[in-house]
Amino acid sequence: MSHYELDARRMLCPMPVIKTQNLVATLKPGDTVEVFCTDHGALNDVPAWSRINGHEVIATRESDGEISITVRVGDSDG
Amino acid sequence: MSTQRKALSLISGGLDSMLATRVILDQGIHVEGVNFFTGFCVEGHTHAIRKKDRAKPKRNNALWVAETLGIKLHIVDVIDEYKDVVINPKHGYGSNMNPCLDCKCFMVRKAHEWIQAHNFDFIITGEVIGQRPMSQRRDTMPVIQRESGAEDRLLRPLCGKNLPETLPEREGWIDRERLYGFSGRGRKPQIALAREMGIEDYAQPSGGCCFLTDEAYSHKLTDLWQARGERRYELDDIMLLKVGRHLRPRPNFKLIIGREEGENNFLEGYRKQFTHIRTLSHPGPLVLLDGEPGADDIALAARIAARFSKGRDAEQVEVEITPLGAEARREHVAPMPSGEMPQEWYL
Repeated sequence: MSHYELDARRMLCPMPVIKTQNLVATLKPGDTVEVFCTDHGALNDVPAWSRINGHEVIATRESDGEISITVRVGDSDG
Repeated sequence: MSTQRKALSLISGGLDSMLATRVILDQGIHVEGVNFFTGFCVEGHTHAIRKKDRAKPKRNNALWVAETLGIKLHIVDVIDEYKDVVINPKHGYGSNMNPCLDCKCFMVRKAHEWIQAHNFDFIITGEVIGQRPMSQRRDTMPVIQRESGAEDRLLRPLCGKNLPETLPEREGWIDRERLYGFSGRGRKPQIALAREMGIEDYAQPSGGCCFLTDEAYSHKLTDLWQARGERRYELDDIMLLKVGRHLRPRPNFKLIIGREEGENNFLEGYRKQFTHIRTLSHPGPLVLLDGEPGADDIALAARIAARFSKGRDAEQVEVEITPLGAEARREHVAPMPSGEMPQEWYL
Protein backbone atom coordinates (compact mmCIF):
# COMPACT_ATOMS: atom_id res chain seq x y z
CA MET A 1 0.00 0.00 0.00
CA SER A 2 1.60 3.26 -1.02
CA HIS A 3 0.58 6.87 -0.64
CA TYR A 4 1.05 9.43 -3.38
CA GLU A 5 0.57 13.17 -3.64
CA LEU A 6 -0.58 14.88 -6.78
CA ASP A 7 -0.18 18.60 -7.37
CA ALA A 8 -3.09 19.83 -9.49
CA ARG A 9 -3.06 23.38 -8.12
CA ARG A 10 -4.05 26.12 -10.58
CA MET A 11 -5.41 23.53 -12.98
CA LEU A 12 -9.00 23.95 -14.01
CA CYS A 13 -11.37 21.02 -14.30
CA PRO A 14 -11.23 18.55 -15.84
CA MET A 15 -7.41 18.62 -15.63
CA PRO A 16 -7.29 17.58 -11.94
CA VAL A 17 -9.52 14.61 -12.81
CA ILE A 18 -7.38 13.68 -15.82
CA LYS A 19 -4.19 13.84 -13.73
CA THR A 20 -5.81 11.73 -11.00
CA GLN A 21 -7.13 9.21 -13.53
CA ASN A 22 -3.74 8.86 -15.22
CA LEU A 23 -1.87 8.39 -11.93
CA VAL A 24 -4.45 5.93 -10.54
CA ALA A 25 -4.14 3.85 -13.72
CA THR A 26 -0.55 3.06 -12.67
CA LEU A 27 -1.37 2.16 -9.03
CA LYS A 28 -2.52 -0.89 -7.13
CA PRO A 29 -5.79 -1.45 -5.27
CA GLY A 30 -5.52 0.02 -1.77
CA ASP A 31 -2.98 2.68 -2.74
CA THR A 32 -4.01 6.22 -1.87
CA VAL A 33 -3.60 9.49 -3.75
CA GLU A 34 -3.99 12.92 -2.17
CA VAL A 35 -4.86 15.42 -4.89
CA PHE A 36 -4.16 19.08 -4.16
CA CYS A 37 -6.16 21.55 -6.20
CA THR A 38 -7.49 25.09 -6.28
CA ASP A 39 -10.46 24.69 -8.66
CA HIS A 40 -13.52 24.13 -6.51
CA GLY A 41 -15.07 22.12 -9.31
CA ALA A 42 -12.75 19.31 -8.23
CA LEU A 43 -14.91 18.87 -5.10
CA ASN A 44 -17.62 17.54 -7.39
CA ASP A 45 -15.59 16.04 -10.17
CA VAL A 46 -12.97 13.95 -8.36
CA PRO A 47 -15.60 12.18 -6.18
CA ALA A 48 -17.88 11.68 -9.24
CA TRP A 49 -14.99 10.21 -11.21
CA SER A 50 -14.09 7.99 -8.24
CA ARG A 51 -17.64 6.67 -7.84
CA ILE A 52 -17.94 5.88 -11.54
CA ASN A 53 -14.67 4.04 -11.67
CA GLY A 54 -14.91 2.09 -8.42
CA HIS A 55 -12.55 4.13 -6.24
CA GLU A 56 -13.31 5.73 -2.89
CA VAL A 57 -12.82 9.25 -1.59
CA ILE A 58 -11.65 8.80 2.01
CA ALA A 59 -10.91 12.41 2.97
CA THR A 60 -11.63 15.92 1.75
CA ARG A 61 -10.06 19.02 3.26
CA GLU A 62 -10.42 22.64 2.36
CA SER A 63 -8.45 25.61 3.69
CA ASP A 64 -7.33 28.98 2.32
CA GLY A 65 -8.84 28.26 -1.06
CA GLU A 66 -6.87 25.06 -1.39
CA ILE A 67 -8.57 21.70 -1.54
CA SER A 68 -7.18 18.26 -0.91
CA ILE A 69 -9.03 15.10 -1.83
CA THR A 70 -7.74 11.66 -0.92
CA VAL A 71 -8.76 8.78 -3.13
CA ARG A 72 -8.27 5.10 -2.30
CA VAL A 73 -7.77 3.00 -5.42
CA GLY A 74 -10.44 0.34 -5.82
CA ASP A 75 -10.29 -3.15 -7.26
CA SER A 76 -11.80 -1.99 -10.52
CA ASP A 77 -9.75 -2.50 -13.65
CA GLY A 78 -10.09 0.91 -14.71
CA MET B 1 -22.81 -18.35 -25.03
CA SER B 2 -22.63 -15.24 -27.13
CA THR B 3 -19.81 -12.76 -26.73
CA GLN B 4 -20.56 -9.63 -24.73
CA ARG B 5 -20.16 -6.84 -27.29
CA LYS B 6 -18.61 -3.58 -26.16
CA ALA B 7 -19.07 -0.03 -27.41
CA LEU B 8 -17.30 3.23 -26.66
CA SER B 9 -19.56 6.27 -26.58
CA LEU B 10 -18.41 9.84 -27.17
CA ILE B 11 -19.88 11.68 -24.21
CA SER B 12 -20.04 15.45 -24.45
CA GLY B 13 -22.21 15.96 -21.40
CA GLY B 14 -25.16 17.06 -23.53
CA LEU B 15 -28.45 15.29 -24.10
CA ASP B 16 -27.86 13.66 -27.49
CA SER B 17 -24.85 11.57 -26.54
CA MET B 18 -26.65 10.65 -23.32
CA LEU B 19 -29.67 9.36 -25.23
CA ALA B 20 -27.57 7.56 -27.84
CA THR B 21 -25.70 5.76 -25.08
CA ARG B 22 -28.88 4.78 -23.30
CA VAL B 23 -30.35 3.37 -26.53
CA ILE B 24 -27.37 1.07 -26.91
CA LEU B 25 -27.19 0.14 -23.22
CA ASP B 26 -30.84 -0.90 -23.51
CA GLN B 27 -29.82 -3.35 -26.23
CA GLY B 28 -27.56 -5.20 -23.80
CA ILE B 29 -24.26 -3.78 -25.01
CA HIS B 30 -21.50 -2.99 -22.49
CA VAL B 31 -20.84 0.72 -22.99
CA GLU B 32 -18.07 2.92 -21.62
CA GLY B 33 -17.77 6.62 -22.28
CA VAL B 34 -14.95 8.80 -23.50
CA ASN B 35 -14.67 12.55 -23.23
CA PHE B 36 -11.90 14.47 -24.95
CA PHE B 37 -10.47 17.57 -23.32
CA THR B 38 -9.20 19.94 -25.99
CA GLY B 39 -8.58 23.01 -23.83
CA PHE B 40 -11.44 24.83 -25.54
CA CYS B 41 -14.20 23.10 -23.61
CA VAL B 42 -16.44 25.59 -21.86
CA GLU B 43 -17.07 23.02 -19.11
CA GLY B 44 -17.09 25.00 -15.94
CA HIS B 45 -13.97 27.08 -16.54
CA THR B 46 -15.51 30.49 -16.43
CA HIS B 47 -17.47 29.33 -13.42
CA ALA B 48 -14.32 28.17 -11.71
CA ILE B 49 -12.64 31.49 -12.30
CA ARG B 50 -15.36 34.01 -11.58
CA LYS B 51 -16.00 34.53 -7.91
CA LYS B 52 -19.67 35.37 -8.27
CA ASP B 53 -20.29 32.04 -9.99
CA ARG B 54 -18.56 29.95 -7.35
CA ALA B 55 -21.58 29.69 -5.15
CA LYS B 56 -23.60 28.09 -7.95
CA PRO B 57 -23.50 24.33 -8.02
CA LYS B 58 -21.09 23.16 -10.64
CA ARG B 59 -20.60 19.76 -12.12
CA ASN B 60 -18.75 18.24 -15.01
CA ASN B 61 -21.63 17.24 -17.25
CA ALA B 62 -19.79 14.36 -18.93
CA LEU B 63 -19.06 12.79 -15.52
CA TRP B 64 -22.61 13.43 -14.45
CA VAL B 65 -24.03 11.76 -17.58
CA ALA B 66 -21.76 8.76 -17.08
CA GLU B 67 -22.81 8.40 -13.46
CA THR B 68 -26.49 8.76 -14.32
CA LEU B 69 -26.18 6.07 -16.98
CA GLY B 70 -24.02 3.87 -14.75
CA ILE B 71 -21.08 3.67 -17.15
CA LYS B 72 -17.37 4.32 -16.81
CA LEU B 73 -15.96 7.49 -18.31
CA HIS B 74 -12.45 7.97 -19.63
CA ILE B 75 -11.42 11.61 -19.90
CA VAL B 76 -8.59 12.00 -22.36
CA ASP B 77 -6.25 14.97 -22.58
CA VAL B 78 -5.85 15.72 -26.30
CA ILE B 79 -4.64 19.30 -25.86
CA ASP B 80 -1.43 18.91 -27.86
CA GLU B 81 -2.75 16.71 -30.63
CA TYR B 82 -5.78 18.94 -31.02
CA LYS B 83 -3.66 21.95 -32.02
CA ASP B 84 -3.34 20.67 -35.56
CA VAL B 85 -7.14 20.45 -35.82
CA VAL B 86 -7.51 24.11 -34.82
CA ILE B 87 -4.54 25.43 -36.77
CA ASN B 88 -4.87 23.46 -40.02
CA PRO B 89 -8.45 22.25 -40.45
CA LYS B 90 -8.70 20.46 -43.78
CA HIS B 91 -12.40 21.23 -44.01
CA GLY B 92 -12.10 24.82 -42.81
CA TYR B 93 -13.89 26.73 -40.09
CA GLY B 94 -17.55 27.36 -39.36
CA SER B 95 -18.87 30.84 -38.73
CA ASN B 96 -16.15 31.43 -36.11
CA MET B 97 -12.89 29.56 -35.44
CA ASN B 98 -14.78 26.30 -35.02
CA PRO B 99 -13.34 23.45 -37.12
CA CYS B 100 -16.37 21.25 -36.36
CA LEU B 101 -15.97 18.65 -39.09
CA ASP B 102 -12.23 18.17 -38.56
CA CYS B 103 -12.92 18.06 -34.83
CA LYS B 104 -15.48 15.27 -35.16
CA CYS B 105 -13.18 13.30 -37.49
CA PHE B 106 -10.38 13.74 -34.95
CA MET B 107 -12.48 12.61 -31.98
CA VAL B 108 -13.87 9.58 -33.76
CA ARG B 109 -10.35 8.70 -34.92
CA LYS B 110 -9.11 8.87 -31.31
CA ALA B 111 -12.08 6.75 -30.24
CA HIS B 112 -11.24 4.25 -32.98
CA GLU B 113 -7.66 4.00 -31.74
CA TRP B 114 -9.04 3.47 -28.23
CA ILE B 115 -11.38 0.63 -29.19
CA GLN B 116 -8.59 -1.11 -31.04
CA ALA B 117 -6.29 -0.82 -28.03
CA HIS B 118 -9.00 -1.98 -25.59
CA ASN B 119 -10.68 -4.64 -27.65
CA PHE B 120 -14.03 -2.91 -27.99
CA ASP B 121 -16.27 -3.57 -30.96
CA PHE B 122 -17.74 -0.27 -32.08
CA ILE B 123 -18.19 3.45 -31.44
CA ILE B 124 -21.38 5.41 -30.83
CA THR B 125 -22.07 9.12 -31.05
CA GLY B 126 -25.12 11.29 -30.45
CA GLU B 127 -24.99 12.74 -33.96
CA VAL B 128 -28.24 13.57 -35.71
CA ILE B 129 -28.46 14.35 -39.43
CA GLY B 130 -28.99 18.07 -39.89
CA GLN B 131 -28.54 18.94 -36.21
CA ARG B 132 -25.38 20.97 -36.73
CA PRO B 133 -24.72 23.02 -39.87
CA MET B 134 -21.13 21.92 -40.37
CA SER B 135 -20.44 18.53 -38.88
CA GLN B 136 -23.84 16.85 -38.68
CA ARG B 137 -25.11 16.80 -42.25
CA ARG B 138 -26.07 13.93 -44.50
CA ASP B 139 -23.01 14.53 -46.71
CA THR B 140 -20.54 14.83 -43.81
CA MET B 141 -21.62 11.67 -41.98
CA PRO B 142 -19.67 9.39 -44.39
CA VAL B 143 -16.70 11.81 -44.33
CA ILE B 144 -16.38 11.26 -40.58
CA GLN B 145 -16.60 7.47 -41.00
CA ARG B 146 -13.94 7.50 -43.69
CA GLU B 147 -11.48 10.03 -42.32
CA SER B 148 -11.58 8.68 -38.77
CA GLY B 149 -10.84 5.19 -40.01
CA ALA B 150 -13.82 3.90 -37.99
CA GLU B 151 -15.81 3.18 -41.16
CA ASP B 152 -18.80 0.94 -40.37
CA ARG B 153 -17.82 0.54 -36.73
CA LEU B 154 -19.30 3.99 -36.15
CA LEU B 155 -22.97 3.84 -35.19
CA ARG B 156 -25.30 6.83 -34.67
CA PRO B 157 -28.21 5.42 -32.70
CA LEU B 158 -30.35 8.59 -32.89
CA CYS B 159 -30.39 8.71 -36.70
CA GLY B 160 -29.20 5.23 -37.60
CA LYS B 161 -32.46 4.36 -39.33
CA ASN B 162 -31.72 7.06 -41.91
CA LEU B 163 -28.19 5.85 -42.57
CA PRO B 164 -26.69 2.79 -44.26
CA GLU B 165 -26.40 -0.31 -42.12
CA THR B 166 -23.30 -0.51 -39.93
CA LEU B 167 -21.30 -3.50 -38.73
CA PRO B 168 -23.05 -3.87 -35.33
CA GLU B 169 -26.41 -4.02 -37.16
CA ARG B 170 -25.20 -6.42 -39.85
CA GLU B 171 -23.66 -8.74 -37.29
CA GLY B 172 -26.84 -8.71 -35.22
CA TRP B 173 -25.12 -7.23 -32.15
CA ILE B 174 -27.83 -4.62 -32.11
CA ASP B 175 -31.32 -4.39 -33.58
CA ARG B 176 -31.64 -1.70 -36.26
CA GLU B 177 -35.38 -1.52 -35.65
CA ARG B 178 -34.71 -0.18 -32.17
CA LEU B 179 -32.58 2.72 -33.44
CA TYR B 180 -34.10 6.12 -34.22
CA GLY B 181 -34.55 8.20 -37.36
CA PHE B 182 -34.16 11.74 -36.03
CA SER B 183 -33.19 14.52 -38.40
CA GLY B 184 -33.09 18.28 -38.53
CA ARG B 185 -32.23 21.03 -36.11
CA GLY B 186 -35.26 20.59 -33.87
CA ARG B 187 -34.92 19.30 -30.32
CA LYS B 188 -38.42 17.94 -29.83
CA PRO B 189 -37.71 14.26 -30.65
CA GLN B 190 -34.76 14.23 -28.25
CA ILE B 191 -36.73 15.88 -25.49
CA ALA B 192 -39.60 13.44 -26.02
CA LEU B 193 -37.23 10.46 -25.95
CA ALA B 194 -35.62 11.76 -22.77
CA ARG B 195 -39.05 11.94 -21.16
CA GLU B 196 -39.89 8.44 -22.35
CA MET B 197 -36.65 7.16 -20.81
CA GLY B 198 -37.34 8.96 -17.55
CA ILE B 199 -34.43 11.36 -18.01
CA GLU B 200 -35.59 14.68 -16.64
CA ASP B 201 -32.38 16.45 -15.74
CA TYR B 202 -29.86 17.15 -18.48
CA ALA B 203 -27.48 19.90 -19.55
CA GLN B 204 -28.74 22.51 -21.98
CA PRO B 205 -28.56 20.76 -25.32
CA SER B 206 -25.63 21.06 -27.70
CA GLY B 207 -23.61 23.75 -29.38
CA GLY B 208 -22.52 25.84 -26.43
CA CYS B 209 -19.76 23.58 -25.20
CA CYS B 210 -16.79 24.89 -27.19
CA PHE B 211 -15.18 28.33 -26.99
CA LEU B 212 -14.24 28.11 -30.68
CA THR B 213 -17.89 28.64 -31.63
CA ASP B 214 -17.88 31.91 -29.68
CA GLU B 215 -17.36 35.04 -31.77
CA ALA B 216 -15.56 37.10 -29.14
CA TYR B 217 -13.26 34.23 -28.22
CA SER B 218 -12.47 33.51 -31.88
CA HIS B 219 -11.61 37.16 -32.42
CA LYS B 220 -9.14 37.05 -29.53
CA LEU B 221 -7.54 33.88 -30.86
CA THR B 222 -7.14 35.37 -34.35
CA ASP B 223 -5.66 38.52 -32.82
CA LEU B 224 -3.14 36.43 -30.86
CA TRP B 225 -1.97 34.68 -34.01
CA GLN B 226 -1.78 37.92 -35.95
CA ALA B 227 0.26 39.63 -33.21
CA ARG B 228 2.69 36.74 -32.98
CA GLY B 229 3.00 36.38 -36.72
CA GLU B 230 2.35 32.66 -36.51
CA ARG B 231 -0.55 30.33 -35.89
CA ARG B 232 0.35 28.46 -32.74
CA TYR B 233 -0.75 28.34 -29.11
CA GLU B 234 -0.03 26.77 -25.74
CA LEU B 235 -2.64 25.74 -23.17
CA ASP B 236 -1.87 28.83 -21.06
CA ASP B 237 -2.61 31.07 -24.07
CA ILE B 238 -6.03 29.62 -24.69
CA MET B 239 -6.91 29.59 -21.00
CA LEU B 240 -5.99 33.27 -20.70
CA LEU B 241 -8.23 34.10 -23.67
CA LYS B 242 -11.15 33.01 -21.49
CA VAL B 243 -10.29 35.44 -18.71
CA GLY B 244 -10.46 39.20 -18.28
CA ARG B 245 -10.74 42.14 -20.60
CA HIS B 246 -8.22 42.08 -23.46
CA LEU B 247 -7.01 45.39 -24.92
CA ARG B 248 -4.46 45.79 -27.68
CA PRO B 249 -3.36 49.43 -27.92
CA ARG B 250 -0.31 48.60 -30.08
CA PRO B 251 0.53 45.62 -32.27
CA ASN B 252 3.43 44.41 -30.09
CA PHE B 253 1.54 43.92 -26.83
CA LYS B 254 -1.85 43.58 -25.23
CA LEU B 255 -3.21 43.98 -21.72
CA ILE B 256 -5.18 41.30 -19.89
CA ILE B 257 -7.17 43.02 -17.18
CA GLY B 258 -8.96 41.09 -14.42
CA ARG B 259 -12.63 42.08 -14.19
CA GLU B 260 -13.28 40.91 -10.67
CA GLU B 261 -11.64 39.21 -7.71
CA GLY B 262 -11.90 35.67 -9.06
CA GLU B 263 -10.26 36.65 -12.34
CA ASN B 264 -7.56 38.60 -10.53
CA ASN B 265 -6.79 35.54 -8.42
CA PHE B 266 -6.61 33.41 -11.53
CA LEU B 267 -4.29 35.90 -13.25
CA GLU B 268 -2.10 35.98 -10.10
CA GLY B 269 -1.05 32.47 -10.97
CA TYR B 270 0.36 33.70 -14.26
CA ARG B 271 1.99 36.96 -13.20
CA LYS B 272 5.54 35.58 -13.03
CA GLN B 273 5.37 34.78 -16.73
CA PHE B 274 4.42 38.34 -17.71
CA THR B 275 5.28 41.98 -17.14
CA HIS B 276 2.49 42.99 -14.78
CA ILE B 277 0.99 46.05 -13.18
CA ARG B 278 -1.19 46.58 -10.13
CA THR B 279 -2.52 49.75 -8.57
CA LEU B 280 -1.42 50.58 -5.02
CA SER B 281 -3.16 53.83 -4.06
CA HIS B 282 -6.58 52.59 -5.17
CA PRO B 283 -8.15 49.12 -5.46
CA GLY B 284 -7.80 47.87 -8.99
CA PRO B 285 -7.25 44.89 -11.21
CA LEU B 286 -4.12 42.89 -11.84
CA VAL B 287 -2.97 43.61 -15.39
CA LEU B 288 -0.73 41.29 -17.40
CA LEU B 289 1.10 42.51 -20.51
CA ASP B 290 1.32 39.86 -23.20
CA GLY B 291 3.83 40.35 -26.00
CA GLU B 292 6.99 42.42 -26.06
CA PRO B 293 6.20 45.79 -24.53
CA GLY B 294 8.93 48.48 -24.56
CA ALA B 295 9.32 51.22 -21.94
CA ASP B 296 6.81 53.47 -23.73
CA ASP B 297 4.31 50.65 -23.93
CA ILE B 298 4.63 49.89 -20.22
CA ALA B 299 4.05 53.57 -19.41
CA LEU B 300 0.90 53.52 -21.56
CA ALA B 301 -0.25 50.27 -19.96
CA ALA B 302 0.22 51.74 -16.48
CA ARG B 303 -2.12 54.60 -17.37
CA ILE B 304 -4.69 52.13 -18.69
CA ALA B 305 -4.36 50.01 -15.54
CA ALA B 306 -5.03 53.17 -13.49
CA ARG B 307 -8.06 53.84 -15.65
CA PHE B 308 -9.56 50.47 -14.66
CA SER B 309 -8.95 51.07 -10.94
CA LYS B 310 -11.13 52.86 -8.43
CA GLY B 311 -8.82 55.84 -8.95
CA ARG B 312 -10.01 56.40 -12.51
CA ASP B 313 -11.10 59.95 -11.69
CA ALA B 314 -8.08 60.80 -9.52
CA GLU B 315 -5.28 62.98 -10.86
CA GLN B 316 -2.63 60.43 -10.01
CA VAL B 317 -2.68 56.75 -9.18
CA GLU B 318 0.27 54.95 -7.67
CA VAL B 319 1.08 51.75 -9.53
CA GLU B 320 3.55 48.94 -9.08
CA ILE B 321 5.16 47.82 -12.31
CA THR B 322 7.02 44.53 -12.45
CA PRO B 323 8.76 44.02 -15.79
CA LEU B 324 9.29 40.40 -16.76
CA GLY B 325 12.32 39.06 -14.90
CA ALA B 326 13.06 42.38 -13.15
CA GLU B 327 12.42 44.07 -9.80
CA ALA B 328 9.12 45.82 -9.12
CA ARG B 329 9.12 49.63 -9.15
CA ARG B 330 6.55 52.21 -8.06
CA GLU B 331 5.34 55.13 -10.12
CA HIS B 332 2.62 57.73 -10.09
CA VAL B 333 0.62 57.91 -13.31
CA ALA B 334 -2.36 59.86 -14.62
CA PRO B 335 -5.28 57.53 -15.42
CA MET B 336 -6.02 57.48 -19.13
CA PRO B 337 -9.29 59.29 -19.92
CA SER B 338 -11.82 56.91 -21.49
CA GLY B 339 -12.10 59.24 -24.49
CA GLU B 340 -8.48 58.44 -25.35
CA MET B 341 -9.11 54.71 -25.47
CA PRO B 342 -10.52 53.87 -28.89
CA GLN B 343 -13.02 51.03 -29.15
CA GLU B 344 -10.66 49.20 -31.53
CA TRP B 345 -8.34 48.50 -28.61
CA TYR B 346 -10.93 46.22 -27.05
CA LEU B 347 -10.62 42.68 -28.35
